[in-house]
Amino acid sequence: MKRVRTLAGALASVPITLFGLVLITFVIGRVVPIDPVVAIVGDHAPPEVIARVRAELGLDRPLPVQFLIYVKNLLHGDLGRSVMTSHRVTTDIAQYFPATIELATAAIILALLVGIPAGVLAASRQGSRLDHIVRVLSIGGQSVPVFVLGMIFLLIFYVKLGIAPGTGQQNVLYEGMVPHITGMHVIDAALTGQWDAFWDGLAHLALPALVLAYFSLGYITRMTRAYMIDALKGEYIITARAKGLSGARILWRHAFGNISVGLITVIALAYANLLSGAVLTETVFSWPGLGLYLTVSLLNADMNAVLGATLVVGLVYIGLNLIADLAYRLFDPRVR
Amino acid sequence: MLDRRTLLSGTAAIPFLAALDLPAAWAATPKGIVVMAKQIDDIVSFDPGEAYEFSDNEVDNNCYRKLVRPNGDTLAGDLAEKWEVSKDGLTFTFHLRPDAHFASGKAVTAEDAAFSFHRTVIMDKTPAFIISQFGFTKDNVEKLIRATDPHTLVFELPEVAATSFVLYCLSANVGCIVEKATAMANAKDGDYGNGWLKTHTAGAGAYQLVSWKASDHVILQANPHFGAPVHEKRVVIRHVGDPAEQLLLLKKGDVDIARDLQADQLKTIAANKDFHSVAAGQATSMYICMNQNVAELQKPEVHQAIKWAIDYQAIAKNITPGTWSVDQSFLPAGLPGALTKEPFRKDTAKAKKLLAAAGYPNGFKVTMDYISISPYAEVAQAIQQDLAEIGITVTLQPGTQKQVITKTRARTHQMAVLVWGSDYFDPNSNAQAFCANPDDSDNSKLKIIAWRNHFVNKTLTDQALAAAKELDAKKRIAIYHAMQEEFWKSAPMAFLLQKNAVATMRKGVSGIVIGPLPDYTRYAAITKA
Repeated sequence: MKRVRTLAGALASVPITLFGLVLITFVIGRVVPIDPVVAIVGDHAPPEVIARVRAELGLDRPLPVQFLIYVKNLLHGDLGRSVMTSHRVTTDIAQYFPATIELATAAIILALLVGIPAGVLAASRQGSRLDHIVRVLSIGGQSVPVFVLGMIFLLIFYVKLGIAPGTGQQNVLYEGMVPHITGMHVIDAALTGQWDAFWDGLAHLALPALVLAYFSLGYITRMTRAYMIDALKGEYIITARAKGLSGARILWRHAFGNISVGLITVIALAYANLLSGAVLTETVFSWPGLGLYLTVSLLNADMNAVLGATLVVGLVYIGLNLIADLAYRLFDPRVR
Repeated sequence: MLDRRTLLSGTAAIPFLAALDLPAAWAATPKGIVVMAKQIDDIVSFDPGEAYEFSDNEVDNNCYRKLVRPNGDTLAGDLAEKWEVSKDGLTFTFHLRPDAHFASGKAVTAEDAAFSFHRTVIMDKTPAFIISQFGFTKDNVEKLIRATDPHTLVFELPEVAATSFVLYCLSANVGCIVEKATAMANAKDGDYGNGWLKTHTAGAGAYQLVSWKASDHVILQANPHFGAPVHEKRVVIRHVGDPAEQLLLLKKGDVDIARDLQADQLKTIAANKDFHSVAAGQATSMYICMNQNVAELQKPEVHQAIKWAIDYQAIAKNITPGTWSVDQSFLPAGLPGALTKEPFRKDTAKAKKLLAAAGYPNGFKVTMDYISISPYAEVAQAIQQDLAEIGITVTLQPGTQKQVITKTRARTHQMAVLVWGSDYFDPNSNAQAFCANPDDSDNSKLKIIAWRNHFVNKTLTDQALAAAKELDAKKRIAIYHAMQEEFWKSAPMAFLLQKNAVATMRKGVSGIVIGPLPDYTRYAAITKA
């Protein structure tokens, strides 16, 4: 019963957070010093066309009325139509978001594969050279702007060494050849047995995924290290050592087992950050994901698209936070 | 156990592992496919009745044909084999070629041509004014523009207009001929196929659109019924926003043509024999405007002082070499009637005298909005320095292009550095925009550049209107010459530069034709060794 109440409490906060997000994004979208009608019809459009389009979009109505209409449509699953693509924003999101999921998932897998062992080892050898190296590398990932890192990676692996493809999601040869099943190019290529396209897609994925992975690596490594240092001070660790257990067993079974619940939150937040924060990486690598869609929409004052994409990012963030919260409550016996 | 060495070497190997066993396909673009890097995030619609941005107009020009097209200084037939104009200048009769075919294989007819103009006027999207400015309305267009037989189109003007003005407007993107059957087969709720044609094409041009993903790519496939050789079967246009990245892709062989290289990038490959460029002056101008609701900017002497204070040559030489050249007329070079002389050069002493004569011997303070990307930002800074030398303190106010336009449309700016591209290849486009302001009130029906700066000059306004209706071509050009002279004397605007579009190609790639407007750029002759 307590668990049901906890779940209900966590879920109840979601609509309030979402409403706040919609309200703030809507107001920001309307007060920016860009006339969305001019953005749609262009600088040269005659006044009568501008007036007609303004009326068609409902932008001639008072702001509260516009907001109520937007919320009403939103509740019907209608995010409006993008000016830039002429599609429904929901259609666009379905097209662009999988590319972001593909990139973020590849990045989080890489970050976890490297970050967790690095954090655990750094904690186990606190103050050693390895610990210092891991610290410097971790801080680097957090402090170097992701677009700078992206350009450095391109310069090294694409320009100088020539071992990685350039920007974009795929070689022009495969453009339009892989059918949209999940929207994730690499997976779709594998599902349809187009292995050339698969390898090509994987190669294009490598650099942006590495850049994003490095960005998350710092956070995951530092948090893992901190949790592990705490865990290694526990009396049960001293007992395990006294029993003569091997170092690896103590580290990975006893200490890591205890911190893994806390790491769920860290991983969920890191993944949410990747999904929502891939904007710059996608721009540098011309990766056709939600980040690029959001950036271009913003520059074109395509407000329906900006609102829709922001809502999706917000939903993902809230959703992953909620999952982390629930998982924490579920798996940690102390909060059961 | 994972030791330090394994960890470090494993981490370092990840990028290499990802590239293992991969085809070296990114070393060069495939045969038969031309890959172009271009900024194409401005595309909104490919429907010729709606498309109004640089990139969609350029793509349309390769997927559709028009009745006429510009040929150097004159006009040549495209779908129209020949045409006659009645003596009163009101009736145009176009005779269409019998051998032109749409991508569907169907022959182009006069009915398709009439339909194309009808839908443009009836839908009344942004570019519709290019046709409806001659007096066409939803009620009269079907009566006045009609097919009298499968190959004859009668185009009857409701009111007189200069013949070349009409023909140049028909050569603009809005004059693309759409296949009626395809458009109507995809029409929904009486939209004349607009919803479908936003993302598809139904034309008789060299190519047809097969795929578009906003801000990512456009793919064109050769039209098998075009009737003339199209060397490369597929053209892929990749959106690459950063010019430096375009150069990188070009150097690595990932693209064959880069379209937006800036002066810095062009300089780095100027001496490299592996690359070559073609360039063409565009009907696109960079200018400064001075809002006449600002007291300090109202006197003609102030306008003159600012025009004489700017170092035009230094800007072109140091900031925009190869990409923008000095042009001081509101009609950019190449446009019929354009004067190419440069009446202004930097003369600080003269500018100071003019400012003193205007009652501002110590100058004044003013704000100047500008688009915060290269080269506008650098040009704005150069102007700020030039004006500081005569005592005018300029506070720069950066913004995105749409922000700056929104502000100038609301007439809340003081000064602004802006860019303007002609709507069609006739002097009326710019003459009307910069000179005509018959009603300066907020209810005006003409709210273009002159109106946005409260610039009212009855002589120029009357001349702009008269030139648009002048049937005698020589007299018409003479009016535009006189207008440019008057504009230099009295207008609160200083024209700085004319855009030079450059396409840079890899060795072995050639044939792209860069037009003075995006509506005229052609891919059909591109070849790749």
